[in-house]
Amino acid sequence: MSEPLLQVSHLAKRFEGIVATDDLVLNVAAGELHAVIGPNGAGKTTLIAQLSGQLIPDSGNIHFAGDDITTLPMYRRSALGLARSFQITSLFLDLSVLDNVALAVQAHAGHSFRFWRNARAEPDLRQPARALLARVGLAERAELSAAALSHGEHRQLELAMALAGSPRMLLLDEPMAGLGPEESARMVEMLRALKRELTILLVEHDMEAVFALADRITVLVYGRVIATGVPADIRANRDVREAYLGEAETEDAGHG
Amino acid sequence: MLLFLEQCLNGLQLGLLLFLLAAGLTLIFGIMDLVNLAHGSFYMIGAYFAATFTALTGNFIVGVVLALAATLLVGMAVEVIAMRRLYGRDHLDHVLGTFGLILFFNELVRLIWGPAGMNVPLPAWLNTHFQILPGVEYPTYRIAIILVTLLVALFLYVLVMRTRIGMLIRAGATNREMVGALGININLLYTLVFGLGAALAGLAGLMQAPILTVQIGMGENILIVAFVVIIIGGIGSIRGAFIAAILVGLIDTVGRGFLPDILRLILSPRGASAIAPAMSSMLIYLLMAAVLVVRPEGLFPVSNK
Amino acid sequence: MNGLLTRRNIVVAALLIFLAVLPVYAAISGNPFLITLFTRILILAMAAASLNLIMGYGGMVSFGHAIYIGIGGYVVGILAQEGFPSGFVQWPAALIVSALFALVIGALCLRTRGVYFIMITLAFAQLLYYVAVGLDRYGGDDGLTIYARSQFAGLINLSSKTQFYYVCLVLLFGVIFLIWRLINSRFGMVIQGSRTNDRRMQAIGFPTFRYRLACFVISGTICGLSGALLANHTEFVSPAMMHWTRSGDLIVMVVLGGMGSPFGPLIGAVALLVFEEMLPFVIKLLGTPLFGEAAAHASEYWQIIMGPLLLLVVLFARGGINGLLAKGRA
Repeated sequence: MSEPLLQVSHLAKRFEGIVATDDLVLNVAAGELHAVIGPNGAGKTTLIAQLSGQLIPDSGNIHFAGDDITTLPMYRRSALGLARSFQITSLFLDLSVLDNVALAVQAHAGHSFRFWRNARAEPDLRQPARALLARVGLAERAELSAAALSHGEHRQLELAMALAGSPRMLLLDEPMAGLGPEESARMVEMLRALKRELTILLVEHDMEAVFALADRITVLVYGRVIATGVPADIRANRDVREAYLGEAETEDAGHG
Repeated sequence: MLLFLEQCLNGLQLGLLLFLLAAGLTLIFGIMDLVNLAHGSFYMIGAYFAATFTALTGNFIVGVVLALAATLLVGMAVEVIAMRRLYGRDHLDHVLGTFGLILFFNELVRLIWGPAGMNVPLPAWLNTHFQILPGVEYPTYRIAIILVTLLVALFLYVLVMRTRIGMLIRAGATNREMVGALGININLLYTLVFGLGAALAGLAGLMQAPILTVQIGMGENILIVAFVVIIIGGIGSIRGAFIAAILVGLIDTVGRGFLPDILRLILSPRGASAIAPAMSSMLIYLLMAAVLVVRPEGLFPVSNK
Repeated sequence: MNGLLTRRNIVVAALLIFLAVLPVYAAISGNPFLITLFTRILILAMAAASLNLIMGYGGMVSFGHAIYIGIGGYVVGILAQEGFPSGFVQWPAALIVSALFALVIGALCLRTRGVYFIMITLAFAQLLYYVAVGLDRYGGDDGLTIYARSQFAGLINLSSKTQFYYVCLVLLFGVIFLIWRLINSRFGMVIQGSRTNDRRMQAIGFPTFRYRLACFVISGTICGLSGALLANHTEFVSPAMMHWTRSGDLIVMVVLGGMGSPFGPLIGAVALLVFEEMLPFVIKLLGTPLFGEAAAHASEYWQIIMGPLLLLVVLFARGGINGLLAKGRA
């Protein structure tokens, strides 16, 4: 493939003797939806943390669009076009839904050393925010406090905020977490629509969603990549079946 | 250089006392995630109790033991009555609530013991000097303080490293379920830990009492120094608290002793004596600022916090 | 407009009107002491407002904010002693020096959060307290008397109680208004977001440190102004002005009034200082018929109520007086 948009090369991270990331190699091509799956404790969230800048790896490097971003601080990665959503809802709960998204828009709208003008009255911030809310289906909830939203709506808001600033690539950390069947289906459709516009790295447990959306899948166990390939290959891969899909099949049967 | 040795021992003694305070704070913060600004109040109460009980019983040791027990009881009572309601809340709430306790205790002490300071006279058998090296004499009482605090430090070490409670401390357990799952009565545990912290502070206070005057507000000044110790050592770390406490104790004492001389080498005698007292007080804060620049998490941070 | 006529707004409006006409009332009732008391309230309200900016809106709990009162005050005092009586020199100097201190201290302290931050600000407060005590030339522990208030070339005479009161009042209103605009601006949104979820702010793309530092500096500068005013008011500066317990008082005012509300600091300052003045008096007044001498005695220890009261506010009335007034609007 041509130069991948995201290149992760021999990434390693340990915490006091526990190896969270072990010589991890991963490439995501521009325009693809690349899923990362693995059992609990496989280090998926640690991987996202290192990709987004929350953690600095012990060794190895990360390239995004050709730039080495391995040690770049979190707030700089967003400016480069790499956005992230959080697994555990991480919103501004005491602000309104619209305020939340408007803040995300504000981060990409120049500096914020503006002390006088009422930010809530700035069309440059409010209009794009409303558009983003409409896109994820939260337009009517705009004026409510973020705390008043349901869990599923929180995940939608998470997505809206990640999309502010038109990122080139999204790091999605379990966007389906805690969603019921209807909400999950809606989220899958939304991601399918997003697929056409940007590159996505999707960390997920929901196997239906993963196989419905992913162009390629990487399987992580104990911080190590044990397989990478198209969904059909992954499904057929014996190591993967042993390590993970066996577990997931019984899970799936339960929650389908 | 005998003076230097004496200053070092004084510094060690101060450091060990700071360790008692810092260890108590760290224990309480580590297990209950509680910021206790009123920790210095227990230091003060311990000293006041010592003054009263030694005067009442006429016996220094008995008085001191009673004072320690009384402080422990007060600590546990405070935990049951007030602290319980603060667990799990914002740290600002802790700061505010315990600040209120400081005000309360300062006034209560003033009400009971009056605004004037008190004295704790040393019994004759402690008020002697001991020859630690040929030709070097050091006050017996101060040696006693060093020995007692080292014993307590040892006790804390055993507690933290060898018991289940210690395991909780090391794991930084603030998770009530996890604590409960180990079959431990949480309420009792918290009360005891808080009481222990208070007793450590009280012990420091009553040991200092014969050396310094016992007065209202004495707790807060040393509490801030204990905070400096924790900042330098790293919050949550008892080992860090120990090393930082000794370091701070030495720098403060030896610094105060020799700074005027050092300054006189650089500045005029008048200039030196003008700024020496203020600079001596500032030394440990300058150290703290330096540590902050280089390692904001402290020298021995507990990584999971 | 029904939305505007809430119980809270009415109380606040009444308070503002009362403050505006206080000197007139004091003159009529022959009670000049009221002007002195309320001038002090206004000045401390300004300091509390500056703390509310970083604490209430920004979530930065500074236990060392009183040092800026001291810095502002000492700049005025030192300049006065060294032969610079002009307010046009003193006050800008107070602002600049306070800003510089806030910049340095903030740069060091803001690298930490939570408990650490509280302890570090406390430690720095103690450090500066000792610096002030060591200033032999300017009185050290005994403090420095200021023989003449800041001169403004005849434009305004600060020696007049009433004029000085109105200067403080106008400045306080100005500060409250500016802070209100600041909080709702882009800058304010960043500060509020950082309080709620700093990690998210960085993930979205905000370099939060520089904004929080700027906020800290603005806050320190405003507090420095209140220090300059206090120095003029008491005509005296001493290290006691910046003792950490004074910082505690400011925190109490902010919380009591209502953290994160524009008028909370003013309400808190009024409540606390009036309480401090009135309570012993009230105890004596009500208690003497019942308990005789004991009441007069007890009123000396009124402060013993402060502690538990604060604890109760924290536990049951976290939104402060502003919160209590705003509740039950249904």
